[in-house]
Amino acid sequence: MFKQIYLDYAATTPTDKGILEKMMPYFSQDFGNPSSVHNLGQRAMMAVDESREKVAKILKCSPTEIIFTSGATESNNLAIRGAVSHYYATNGKNAPKPHFISSTIEHHCVLDTLKSLFKSDLIELTFLPVNNEGLVNIDKLKEMIQENTIFVSVMYVNNEIGTIQPIEEIGKLIKELNSIRQNKIIFHTDAVQAINYLNCDIQKLGVDFLSFSAHKFYGPKGAGVLYIKKGTPIKVIQTGGAQEFKLRAGTHNVPAIVGLGEAIEQIRNNNFEKIEELRDYLVERILKEIPASYLNGHREKRSPNNANFRFDNIEGEGLLLSLDMEGVYASTGSACSSGSLDPSHVLLALGLKHEQAHGSLRLTLGKHTTKEDIDFTIDKIKEIVARLREISGNVLKEFDPKK
Amino acid sequence: MQYSKKVLDYFMKPRNLGEIQNPDGESTVGNPKCGDIMKIYLKINKNEAGEEIIEDVRFQTLGCGAAIATSSMATEMVKGKTLDEAYKITNQQVAEELGGLPPVKMHCSNLAADAIRKAIENYRKK
Repeated sequence: MFKQIYLDYAATTPTDKGILEKMMPYFSQDFGNPSSVHNLGQRAMMAVDESREKVAKILKCSPTEIIFTSGATESNNLAIRGAVSHYYATNGKNAPKPHFISSTIEHHCVLDTLKSLFKSDLIELTFLPVNNEGLVNIDKLKEMIQENTIFVSVMYVNNEIGTIQPIEEIGKLIKELNSIRQNKIIFHTDAVQAINYLNCDIQKLGVDFLSFSAHKFYGPKGAGVLYIKKGTPIKVIQTGGAQEFKLRAGTHNVPAIVGLGEAIEQIRNNNFEKIEELRDYLVERILKEIPASYLNGHREKRSPNNANFRFDNIEGEGLLLSLDMEGVYASTGSACSSGSLDPSHVLLALGLKHEQAHGSLRLTLGKHTTKEDIDFTIDKIKEIVARLREISGNVLKEFDPKK
Repeated sequence: MQYSKKVLDYFMKPRNLGEIQNPDGESTVGNPKCGDIMKIYLKINKNEAGEEIIEDVRFQTLGCGAAIATSSMATEMVKGKTLDEAYKITNQQVAEELGGLPPVKMHCSNLAADAIRKAIENYRKK
């Protein structure tokens, strides 16, 4: 059979077979609507609440602080739009605009949501830059906070370059500021890429909102969580039912929520050391064996499963396509693969030139990755980079925009 | 990526790859910002009827699969043709010859016919 090597675990993970088995009864057997009063409905409700408790145990919060959504995109929309909606509901529609801050390298579901609120003239917006390794600067954040700032959103781990942000420190700063502020600041973190690998104890992190999706840690697609610290101002945005403490209307996706609960329970059994070791081996060999290759992001402060390279005189889509034909599935920040004309906003935020960002390759490992997979992949990357460089020659160096 | 088999074939086994030393015409098109740059080299000679023809053509391309495949296909389409014939070839024809391209690739990566025309102009100006 054609060998397939999956190195795109940051995009999504396969649902564990054991988790899938636990989900199955809730499709056709215990299929009740958790909002129904009868026994079948209540059995489904019990399953949803059991998952809620499992999530609360990992986040070290109360089950009543857990809202199930369809995924992190919805969670982030609810957190941001829900905070804006609450602000105007409380202060009146003519209230002065609230100020929001987010990093420049957030996922589009945060960036686009903020930008759309900004365009609608509902918020003031400031972007917190990152350094060339993808880290935000806390002193800069401190300077940006204004009297009308009510929301700070910084992702825990970046999805492209794996950089781990100092969430705990930011949490401390905001707590300190809030103790003497009239306009309290809500601190939100998108923890989609962190939940599987890093401590998401919300007491420790000091966050008010935290979001993630089940499908990033061997659960199913279609279920996510928004943690809402008790008392945090938020207003429902999707109306039409009293589900989820009246904060998210819509029939529960019971099988997926059951899968999410199972997946989060198994999170600490996943062997990160093995993944990190393999990742380090991959990085070391690529940088040593391929000339003009570089690692994007921070060497140490990064998710254990993430490697993001760039190669001079290479366009990422061609590299991805060639790997695909060898059965190796990866990802790139090149525009050519995304349908837009600009390369990754994350790589550009690091200060890379467009042509450098186009030459990037993201490999994200998971619990099924083996050393054989990595060795095969390294050998193929070496061949492909050499081949593509033969095709590209010196055209970039000789390129003269005036001609 | 929804590329035709022919695109993948021309991407994996590019025809007419490389440089020509002291070319009669050359051109570079594209933009590093978009990620695609193509360079075309022409060797011009005369056929028995005395018309100028493209005797040899080579390319080098930094770019995605479509950029490499279209460069390669375009060189194949103009090799041996008279300059007037080669000048008439369009990006659209190159894409058709490859069995089509994904719509998103039609603008940014399908520049090879432009490059050929520019190389012919470069020769004619000399």
